[in-house]
Amino acid sequence: MLKRVHFGPSALPYLLVLPQILVTVIFFIWPASQALYQSLLVEDAFGLSSKFVWFENFEYLFEDPYYWGSFQRTFVFSFLVASLSMGSALLLAVMADRVVKGSGLYRTFLIWPYAVAPAAAGALWFFMFNPTLGILPYVLQFIGYDWNHKVNGTEAMALVIFAASWKQIAYNFLFFLAGLQSIPKSLIEAAAIDGAGPGRRFWTIVFPLLSPTTFFLLVINVVYAFFETFGIVDAITSGGPANSTQILVYKVYNDGFVGLDLGGSAAQSVILMGIVIGLTVIQFRFVEKKVSYND
Amino acid sequence: MSIMKRIVAPATLAALIGSTSIVSAATEINWWHAMGGTNGERVNKIADDFNKSQSEYKVVPTFKGNYTETMTSAIAAFRAKKQPHIVQVFEVGTATMMAAKGAVYPVEQVMIDAGEKFDKNDFLPAVISYYQTSEGELLSMPFNSSTPVLWYNKDAFKKAGISKVPATWGEMKSASDKLLGAGYKCGFSFGWQSWVMAENFSAWHNIPMGTKENGFAGIDTKFSFNNDAVKKHWNNLAKWTKDGTFAYGGRRGDSLPMFINQECGMWMNSSAYYGSIKKQAKFEFGQSMLPFYKDVIDSPQNSIIGGATLWVLKGQKSDDYKGVAKFMTHLSSPEVQAWWHQGTGYVPITKAAYALSKTQGFYDTNPGTDTAIKQLSLNIPTPSSRGIRFGNFVQIRDIINEEMEAIWSGEKSADEGLETAVKRGDALLRKFEKANK
Repeated sequence: MLKRVHFGPSALPYLLVLPQILVTVIFFIWPASQALYQSLLVEDAFGLSSKFVWFENFEYLFEDPYYWGSFQRTFVFSFLVASLSMGSALLLAVMADRVVKGSGLYRTFLIWPYAVAPAAAGALWFFMFNPTLGILPYVLQFIGYDWNHKVNGTEAMALVIFAASWKQIAYNFLFFLAGLQSIPKSLIEAAAIDGAGPGRRFWTIVFPLLSPTTFFLLVINVVYAFFETFGIVDAITSGGPANSTQILVYKVYNDGFVGLDLGGSAAQSVILMGIVIGLTVIQFRFVEKKVSYND
Repeated sequence: MSIMKRIVAPATLAALIGSTSIVSAATEINWWHAMGGTNGERVNKIADDFNKSQSEYKVVPTFKGNYTETMTSAIAAFRAKKQPHIVQVFEVGTATMMAAKGAVYPVEQVMIDAGEKFDKNDFLPAVISYYQTSEGELLSMPFNSSTPVLWYNKDAFKKAGISKVPATWGEMKSASDKLLGAGYKCGFSFGWQSWVMAENFSAWHNIPMGTKENGFAGIDTKFSFNNDAVKKHWNNLAKWTKDGTFAYGGRRGDSLPMFINQECGMWMNSSAYYGSIKKQAKFEFGQSMLPFYKDVIDSPQNSIIGGATLWVLKGQKSDDYKGVAKFMTHLSSPEVQAWWHQGTGYVPITKAAYALSKTQGFYDTNPGTDTAIKQLSLNIPTPSSRGIRFGNFVQIRDIINEEMEAIWSGEKSADEGLETAVKRGDALLRKFEKANK
């Protein structure tokens, strides 16, 4: 029998977690509760007159077809950004994993884009694809394609998806590469001896063994696409043309800071908060169970 | 959670910045503005000159980003009780500022309380009428005001054989056809499209954009710009996107490169692009009055202004406002205004500054630079051409922009886009009415 150990009551553990709790309360709980409260108010910009309206801001949102449009766009955007950036990152990681000479150099270059700030990345793509000044529309002209994402919403959406994915590839690459390197070589060699080709080896051994990494990246990428892409959208399209790149997080900014509709904007951010909580719960409760954890 | 940070951080930041003013001998007057680049340097010079002219007050100008950002940070600062004395607000924010009676110190009252000499009659009517209450009180000090004009490429006109600058939309079309024939990619483009093609288009044709005198007579106003004239015009523009007569190039001034790179021979946008065009264009250019439809109006009414004014915010020590008043006098003096006008393309706000520019011979050496002011004072403004005053107009303008973009891309018909813009705009007007009862 192991002896049970009892600790007397002590203030020390509480003191040790106090800084973390303070940070959480001040930077997360307090602003979140402020947003919750604000979402129930109709207020003028200066806060001189405010009225408690219960859920009117939410009702207004749910009746607004443009809000649902933004919802739909956000899902399309997130799905494409996550799959595009994860897909290309995986491909690059598999390639880089096989490189023997100068692999450090390749890896360094592939990780670089991660250090670019979203607004700077946005500006970069903005100039490359500018219909009048950009180099790519100029090249596209020669094959008879008239690129103008300032008019064409699909092109604008494609552009922000490319830019957002490009920026996230480096991060995904890093994790995929680490994941690949942790797969025991003996498994792959055994499969090779049994006569499995590189494609077969990848799909039956490498890919399943990578699934914890893939799952983790999926969560990170969806959250990234939902929330961290603001700078890119702002710099490239500012949500236009005709709303076609206005994803939810951009709409919160636009309504709140440009339109000064604080109540409506707060209501939207409360909904976003709900989505994040929901996504996290769903993913960790249900998806995680199906993920093979290399047992 | 990052979204929470986005909401709280700017307010905190504004509060921090606002609190860093240093105590010194001279009383500091904080002036938040939205003038970047060359115009920002000009703003600094105006403040410097004022500071050198006396020792009691020191005006400290701070660049706060674009118009929207400047207004938002001032509002956030006000909520945190760290507001600047003076803030530059663009014309679409006028209704929001007006409704904030507890926050705004009407500039006319500031001048009277400080005992500073001030005569409204010195100002150009078309400029100040936008910022007066229905009783005629001037709420904010006009600073940088402009109006949209027709910019054209003289070299391109020569090449295409266009002898006369278009004055009507019919002539715009035929001139564009000639430009296209001469190998240009498009006839014309424009920027700030809601301002140019809805707000100014209506005033120019003396048609109301909304009820209640365009909102001047009450916040229970409704939009009416889905009238036949605007409908016809937008239908034409939609049709012209197909054959290259008109090419859309983005919001605000984003389409300027199309004019500078000589893709389009004509461009309609603010007269305040004078400085930029002069600096960048490698061709002869001119400016002329906006085109109009002969079957809508015999001769154009007057255009309305855009740009920004300086609002004085309440909540500072009463002595400070004496300095604010003195600075306003300096700012609107003929010398400062004429210098500002000639360098930027903004219109002079006072009659004296206009007269001074004339005697200095500025318009003789730079022909066409008085187009904006002539256009603004073409006729005595009517209730339909005095300006517009709609609540939530920053958002509504975005809606109009969105619907226009949907029309240019062919996603919606002109009629459909116009009706939707009115309907969505009305919903926001009702929301504003509710929040400001």
